[in-house]
Amino acid sequence: MAQFKLPENSRVRPGKDHAAPSGARNVRTFRIYRFDPDSGENPRVDSYQVDMDGCGPMVLDALIRIKNEVDSTLTFRRSCREGICGSCAMNIDGVNTLACTKATADIRGEVKIYPLPHMPVIKDLVPDLTNFYAQYASVKPWLQTRTPAPPDSERLQSKEDQEKIDRPSACILCACCSTSCPSYWWNSDRYLGPAALLAAYRWIIDTRDEATGERLDELEDPFRLYRCHTIMNCAEACPKDLNPARAIAEIKKLIAERQH
Amino acid sequence: MAQRERPLSPFLHYRWQYTNTLSILHRITGVLLSLGFFILVYWLAAVAGGPERYAEARSCLGSPLLQLVMFGAAFAFCYHLCNGIRHLFFDMGYGFELKTARASGWYTAGAAVVLALVVWIVLRGSLGGGA
Repeated sequence: MAQFKLPENSRVRPGKDHAAPSGARNVRTFRIYRFDPDSGENPRVDSYQVDMDGCGPMVLDALIRIKNEVDSTLTFRRSCREGICGSCAMNIDGVNTLACTKATADIRGEVKIYPLPHMPVIKDLVPDLTNFYAQYASVKPWLQTRTPAPPDSERLQSKEDQEKIDRPSACILCACCSTSCPSYWWNSDRYLGPAALLAAYRWIIDTRDEATGERLDELEDPFRLYRCHTIMNCAEACPKDLNPARAIAEIKKLIAERQH
Repeated sequence: MAQRERPLSPFLHYRWQYTNTLSILHRITGVLLSLGFFILVYWLAAVAGGPERYAEARSCLGSPLLQLVMFGAAFAFCYHLCNGIRHLFFDMGYGFELKTARASGWYTAGAAVVLALVVWIVLRGSLGGGA
């Protein structure tokens, strides 16, 4: 059942203000969700005035500047800083995206930064992705075969067949899509969500995979697959321009077609 | 060290885009539709009940408040129908390009408003308003 109110321990309280350093001329305000598991207190939103002169262009650059120069307790995941590791996925300016590829200049007014929505928060901008990864594992994202491999070559496929899996293979598992999905917010205990279903689709249409039937059997379930109502928040959120909504529709079609 | 249940991150601040807006509107109009059918049943019962009952229903349904409710019901019907057709195309695998999905969303909303006005003008006479 959809719940709209945050639990008592999750209500966000007003936080601290950190003024800009004196002499700063190009100031932007960042309002950042903070949660300290050791304090026993509710989450809060702290406000940081950041001098953008000498700061890199992306939201991640500003976060790193805050951590380095203002508040070293600010906690977030980051690694590659070029949109391929998926670590710095967060909710920026109301939508899920990667902090490293989102330019601060593209945001009007205050820059509001929250963790990925409707997730258990470990600390500050770090959500607990255990369930998300378990769902990914549940679609068995590896090649399954029955026939013996050719003795003298790899399992080959045509260029056209390879191109079918080209795009869905580009998923970096950042969780932007799944945590943008209202259906996932309220049913993530049973609905697999766009990211896991996109991965499932990638293996279903792989011509070398020989477990297509079993994969579709697994997904044919009112919750695991059919909680997708084609809202399309996932496709709008994906920082890699992938389209999980379309992949899910294709899976639904394959299930419908095999019944005839 | 205080260890307690992890808080749930906020989600209702998620930006309203055409995606979630049209989706929630589809649900809301679905609920309104089922309520709107009570009015339709009332009107049909009045038709079956003879000229006096019908005249009574006409004056009742002619009140400004009910007129507004009925226009809402007409819009709910038209929006739910148009967006339902849009989703039929989604289910067939069409219209997933973001540009297309955005455009079809706007066309759906526009078509629903126009259709609701047409339905309203046509039905107004028969449902008691115009008399």
